[in-house]
Amino acid sequence: MSNGMAAAAPVAQSATFRAAMAGVAYAGLAAVTVAVAVYTPFSAYVLNLLMQASTYSIAVLGLTIVLGYTGQISLAKAAFFGLGAYAVALGTTVLGLGFWLSLAVGVLGSSVVGTILGLTTLRLGGHYLAMVTISFQTIVSLVLTNWIAVTKGPDGVTSIPRPDMFAGSGPYLGLCVVTLFAVAWYVWFLRRTRLGRAMQATRDNELAAGVTGVDTYRVKVAAFTLSACLGSLGGALFAGGFSYISPDQFSFSESVVFLTMALLGGSRSPAGSVFGTTLLILLPEWLRFLKSVYLAVYGAAVILIMVFMPDGIWGYVILLRRKLFTPRQLAVGAIPPLPLVHERVLNGDGQPILKVEKLSKHFGGLKAVDEVDLEVKQNSVHALIGPNGSGKTTALNVLSGIYRPTAGKVAFEGIDITRLKPHRRAGCGMGRTFQNIRLFANMSVLDNVIVGAERPGNRVSGGAAGLRMRALSALDFVGLAPRAEEAVGSLSYGHQRLVEVARALAGNPKLLLLDEPGAGLNHVEKADLVQLLKRLRGHGLTVLIIDHDMNLVEQVADRITVLNFGRHIADGAPADVLRNPDVVSAYLGTPR
Amino acid sequence: MGIVLQLLFSGLAIGSIYALVALGFVLIYRATNVVNFAQGDFAMLGAFAMVVTVVDLGLPYGLGIVIALLGMLVFGALFNLGVYYPLRNRSFLPVIISTIGASILLENGVLAAYGPHPKNLKGMFSIKGFDIGPVFLDSQYLLILAVTAVMVWLEYLFFERTLLGKKMQATSQDKEMASLLGIPIALMIMLTFVNSAMLGGLAGILVAPVIFVSVGMGSNIALKAFAASIIGGFGDVRGAIGGGFTLGIVETFGAAYISVPYKDAFGFLVLFVFLLFRPQGIFGERIAEKA
Repeated sequence: MSNGMAAAAPVAQSATFRAAMAGVAYAGLAAVTVAVAVYTPFSAYVLNLLMQASTYSIAVLGLTIVLGYTGQISLAKAAFFGLGAYAVALGTTVLGLGFWLSLAVGVLGSSVVGTILGLTTLRLGGHYLAMVTISFQTIVSLVLTNWIAVTKGPDGVTSIPRPDMFAGSGPYLGLCVVTLFAVAWYVWFLRRTRLGRAMQATRDNELAAGVTGVDTYRVKVAAFTLSACLGSLGGALFAGGFSYISPDQFSFSESVVFLTMALLGGSRSPAGSVFGTTLLILLPEWLRFLKSVYLAVYGAAVILIMVFMPDGIWGYVILLRRKLFTPRQLAVGAIPPLPLVHERVLNGDGQPILKVEKLSKHFGGLKAVDEVDLEVKQNSVHALIGPNGSGKTTALNVLSGIYRPTAGKVAFEGIDITRLKPHRRAGCGMGRTFQNIRLFANMSVLDNVIVGAERPGNRVSGGAAGLRMRALSALDFVGLAPRAEEAVGSLSYGHQRLVEVARALAGNPKLLLLDEPGAGLNHVEKADLVQLLKRLRGHGLTVLIIDHDMNLVEQVADRITVLNFGRHIADGAPADVLRNPDVVSAYLGTPR
Repeated sequence: MGIVLQLLFSGLAIGSIYALVALGFVLIYRATNVVNFAQGDFAMLGAFAMVVTVVDLGLPYGLGIVIALLGMLVFGALFNLGVYYPLRNRSFLPVIISTIGASILLENGVLAAYGPHPKNLKGMFSIKGFDIGPVFLDSQYLLILAVTAVMVWLEYLFFERTLLGKKMQATSQDKEMASLLGIPIALMIMLTFVNSAMLGGLAGILVAPVIFVSVGMGSNIALKAFAASIIGGFGDVRGAIGGGFTLGIVETFGAAYISVPYKDAFGFLVLFVFLLFRPQGIFGERIAEKA
């Protein structure tokens, strides 16, 4: 593999070169579009449409972040759009703050409101969030309409000024277009950052994201804040563009329109969002002949799009492209070996890394785990076994922080972690896999593993390239490096399981929790798994494995703990434990 | 004291409407795990069906109600087939969007046919109501309360005492198991939509004489009903009813003692408070996702 280094360099170079070219092309497109916007003598009618399309697009890009990337529904987009618009309108006409200051106040203020709304409600998921955002939208609309002394009520605000430099319609449209290009680039770029990946991981599988080290709550609040920020920015520019605003432009139905724009175009892609927005602004003009039934047709179109193009028009285009052109095979080049062992572990003398005392988890009257004691020694492979329903998976869920224990204590490296959230435990150095595979289904194999490498507390040098290399090392360890760029859903069940292992390994865990890694694998895959586990043991990684396959456990475990009906019944070296009469009777029944 | 009783009476009556629509919400949510954003439009359709039969065609009131409810029965089945069934295997988000699309379609379809002007529908009774002590009992409000009480009781009997009701409950609780036991779950879900559509339609029929019949009436009722079901405890039948009454009373008293223009805001403020301090609602239990 050492001679691969030379091959890797041109690959990396050409990737950088391509990115640079794409950047230049994008900047060129932006410059041309702005020039067209500024110098073409559009009619007032066309100008209005373009102004609306560009400012709405900025707001819809906020939905790309919150809905497309993070998977959280927001039905208050129009409220934030309205907050930005009213800040500029009232700031310039009533308070005399000037355009830019009003805009800044509006965007900052809305972002703060968005953060507060997110902080208070994002612990609740899906439907609740839909409801809370609707409530917020309704309250904002009511205040804008009824608090006449401040907002001027249903009549709205007139003669909103523009900044002197952009007083003409052409230059102002240019300003909107420049902002749109900048925002679209940022949103595109965001997806490739740590925060962007954390958002997508949260969207695809919140539970797995938490266990992998993503603070899902904070990520969701960040998404909400960014979305509020972009919503109000669009609104602020909108107010200057039209010089007149009224509360009915920021009602709940407008929020629905924003949502539809994002979904129609393809909420996961900035280009799709802009495309969807433009289409929905132009569509009524094209469908003028349908006028009275236009909105009904539009409602039907929404249903049809959801049925036939769940990822929007842009998602459909991407899908078509993928069908027509086979993806580039990844030129992997040299992959450094995966660093698995920690200094501490190397010096470890068999001290327990994980210590569980009298751990209990009760579901109502059911004692799924009942006063279990467990010690996992450093550099050992420890197996927790037991018949079906003996409480193994519940125990693991308590250990990784998904369930709160009813009683007992969990200490990791001597620190009490009983009350820590899953992502904090990941930060301490705990990795895990799931029995029913929980991958980030809409991300590539590589991105799945990069999220694992980005575990807090995992030091990876070399920035983005270093992270990528670390992820490739982990994939190489499980034998999947050549498939790094593929969609994770296209892999076989056995390979998906290996990706989960790689995701945990990329974070360089001090303790790896494996939840029935053999479940659902065929004989060949199981044999490969045993080899992989033996290699992990050879590297001195500390592993707690849960399974009921005695054959597998016997081959890899240094020590076994047996559970039955939530209680600890045996503990010791494999040969002794498997001969223990209590264990035999738990598995095979009592001889008569 | 008289005023308080009077407000309590109106609050309970308006809360009944929220409760009926919320019940429809919850039944669909339990069966499909999806929040139906077109639930309020069921009420709007029910009310417009009354306008068509009683005002436009001049049919007797009772016959109008029967036709409207039968119409809602058919509509519920069609809604299930067109809006939910094709998306049944997707996550909740596409289905929510699909129901939002349906709501836009329904409201604007009716708008295209009937125009934006609100319609007036008179009540079922010629007597306006009567006084008991200081309290004036409006006849339509009494009807709303009585019908709601009977409907809740009937639904209870249906779900607890009939085999079909139990099959529908089984479908809500565990689709796979229900299917293995030979229960046709697609049919059960369709019946759930039919039931919800008829409950929503009935709410619309009852409330039509109290408010004006307009295209937008549905979304307003739906928002309140959704809020009510969260306040009561989402996914809980008792919660839907209790939450509906709570919201009706809060709104009526808020409008009387605090501010009329902000009447619609009180319900949402109560909702916010609940979401912050007791997100599981009055009756609900906290449920964690299983790993």
